[in-house]
Amino acid sequence: MREVAVVSFAQSPTTVEDARSEVEILQPVLHQAVERSGIAREQIGFTVSGSCDYLAGQPFAFVMGLEAVGAWPPIRESHVEMDGAWALYEAWARLQHGDIDAALVYAFGKSSTGDLPKVMTLQLDPYYLAPLWPDAISVAALQARALLDAGAHTERDMAEVAARSRRDAASNPNAQVSGDTSADALLQEPYVSTPLRAHDCPSAGDGSAAVVLAAGALAREVAERPVWIRGIDHRIEPHALGARDLTTSASTRIAAAAAGASSDKIDLAELYAPFSHQELILRDALGLNGQTAINPSGGALTANPMMVAGLIRIGEAASRIARGEADRGLAHATSGPCLQQNLVCVLEGE
Amino acid sequence: MAQRTAVIGVGQTKHDTKRDDVSMAGLVREAALRALEDAGLSFADIDAVVLGKAPDMFEGVMMPELYLADALGANGKPMLRVHTAGSVGGSTAIVAASLVQAGIHERVLTVAFEKQSESDAMWALAPKIPFQMPLVAGAGGYFAPHIREYIRRSGAPDHIGMKVAVKDRLNALRNPFAHLHMPDISLRMVEESLMLWDPIRYLESCPSSDGACALVLASEKAASAAPNPPAWIHATAVRSEPIGMAGRDEVDPQAGRDCAADVYAQAGISDPRAQIDVAEIYVPFSWYEPMWLENLGFADVGSGWKLVDDDSTALDGDIPINASGGVLSSNPIGASGMIRFAEAALQVRGMAGEHQVDGARIALGHAYGGGSQFFAMAIVGRERP
Repeated sequence: MREVAVVSFAQSPTTVEDARSEVEILQPVLHQAVERSGIAREQIGFTVSGSCDYLAGQPFAFVMGLEAVGAWPPIRESHVEMDGAWALYEAWARLQHGDIDAALVYAFGKSSTGDLPKVMTLQLDPYYLAPLWPDAISVAALQARALLDAGAHTERDMAEVAARSRRDAASNPNAQVSGDTSADALLQEPYVSTPLRAHDCPSAGDGSAAVVLAAGALAREVAERPVWIRGIDHRIEPHALGARDLTTSASTRIAAAAAGASSDKIDLAELYAPFSHQELILRDALGLNGQTAINPSGGALTANPMMVAGLIRIGEAASRIARGEADRGLAHATSGPCLQQNLVCVLEGE
Repeated sequence: MAQRTAVIGVGQTKHDTKRDDVSMAGLVREAALRALEDAGLSFADIDAVVLGKAPDMFEGVMMPELYLADALGANGKPMLRVHTAGSVGGSTAIVAASLVQAGIHERVLTVAFEKQSESDAMWALAPKIPFQMPLVAGAGGYFAPHIREYIRRSGAPDHIGMKVAVKDRLNALRNPFAHLHMPDISLRMVEESLMLWDPIRYLESCPSSDGACALVLASEKAASAAPNPPAWIHATAVRSEPIGMAGRDEVDPQAGRDCAADVYAQAGISDPRAQIDVAEIYVPFSWYEPMWLENLGFADVGSGWKLVDDDSTALDGDIPINASGGVLSSNPIGASGMIRFAEAALQVRGMAGEHQVDGARIALGHAYGGGSQFFAMAIVGRERP
């Protein structure tokens, strides 16, 4: 495949935005990413975004996102109703054609406008599941219970994930939640939906992120250390919770193998695990051992802007590699109830 | 260099006001299975699935591709979901083709659908949004002023819109999948129908349909094993421009002009009217036929209506437009753009049945969306590019 690199990344702090619209959150981030890339706007041959109408509560929410891009003269552009990580996949595929050398990828979402766990219910099978109104936290709790019952992990393991995430997030200015805490302290907290406690679940946050990709020579020209996409793949599983083993992630395993993630040493992994128990499932599926730093940014437990958090994983991993803090990293994104769909991206510094 | 890619399978549902005989999953599967049958393949042969549809509020299901993964045989495979407003059916086919052109996959199934009867598109288009001007009147209310401006600029006579409405419904009688079958359609019947958004009458508007469309895209190697003739992709292009930019021309959008220039350049077309044998263009309201004829370069600015008036765009004219009956006869919104591409492919494969244009070798598929700001186009041909 043609060599494609992440050459710049920008993100907004994840917060509850009272005053700004999605476009206003997005606009400064887009311009930062383009400016940092060192690539002229005219050289960006393809633009693609990820967002979701249901967060904004309106049809065509992405249309207004285009206002922030400054799409004039008209641009080659597309949009996925998916996390921005999948928009990045589409851009990577488009760059393989060879006729353009740079692409802009962005994602935005304002989860705080509605009751997010209930909004997510509308993502479930509309005939058999959604009418029962299981909210997203209850659905995740079923998975956590299945994982604990399988015996390999405990509530303490989950609390340790949450405590480590919060401690790491203290040095991440874009995180929404952080703090010096311990698993012992967190285990004293009450359940929200057994066996999940508040710290096992993400909070609703608003945000945006943008990445500029460049191919081959252009990437080497503009970036001090281009971060190459060595492999990227994504897979989906059956939707019905009863049709798959919730204690593992088969689609992550397939995607990781296809992306070439399985054999090599991985210095750091940014995993989109919005619930603490999901990090445990993903670590097992990816075969990550003690050598790999997991979610040094604090991860999605500390900042979970819907539709954006997957793209942020790629951006966070790439930024650390670009700064020389790591050489080889793995970024992961997920979508759907209980890790139904997963993307794995292997990144490596020049 | 992008890999050669072809359409080797086409499938459509019977489009209708209310397909209450199937769920959403049943609807998309009906189209997918027909496309696979045409391609001589089964779900197991497919490398990836790309789903497209217009706003999720049209059915009330958020990101329905998650629930539809099983029905489309996507389990264990890559699945993408595209949404680019009304152009989405076209954009989705282009994303699917891109995966083959990139050399990533050999065979990609792409499906687009809308099940409008699950909800109410007028309602879904009319919420009051903070920070934004309300749309209130639905798509017709949004586009009617653009049509009035076209009539003012071009001096087109009143009957042009009605003539398009009759022509497309007559073509639809030859298409078994079309939603509207109106054997007694006439200019008088259109004229007497209710004026909805002046100058758009009821019968000059597209219907609300339930329906789905599917394509199988294949690499050159995979296409050589296909049982039916392939439609080779000679060009694809997309262009977008901002809805709110002051001074943009919504009647003759620059994005549409640029997109057309891009596909023509890729396909080596310098005179579209002479070199393209048949075109499927996205005409949700009758007057958009002459408007897009100009935007696409089939006619000079101000004279697109003359091609309607002298029957050039009829099935037996020199540039048949919407031989299938078009969006005016079937409008499952999210699928409508892909149906344009599918019908263009059927024409160059010689598989369009009763609405086949004799000897069609080069065809254009066109879709647009949003506030006349998103464009997706493809040129397909009988021969390899």
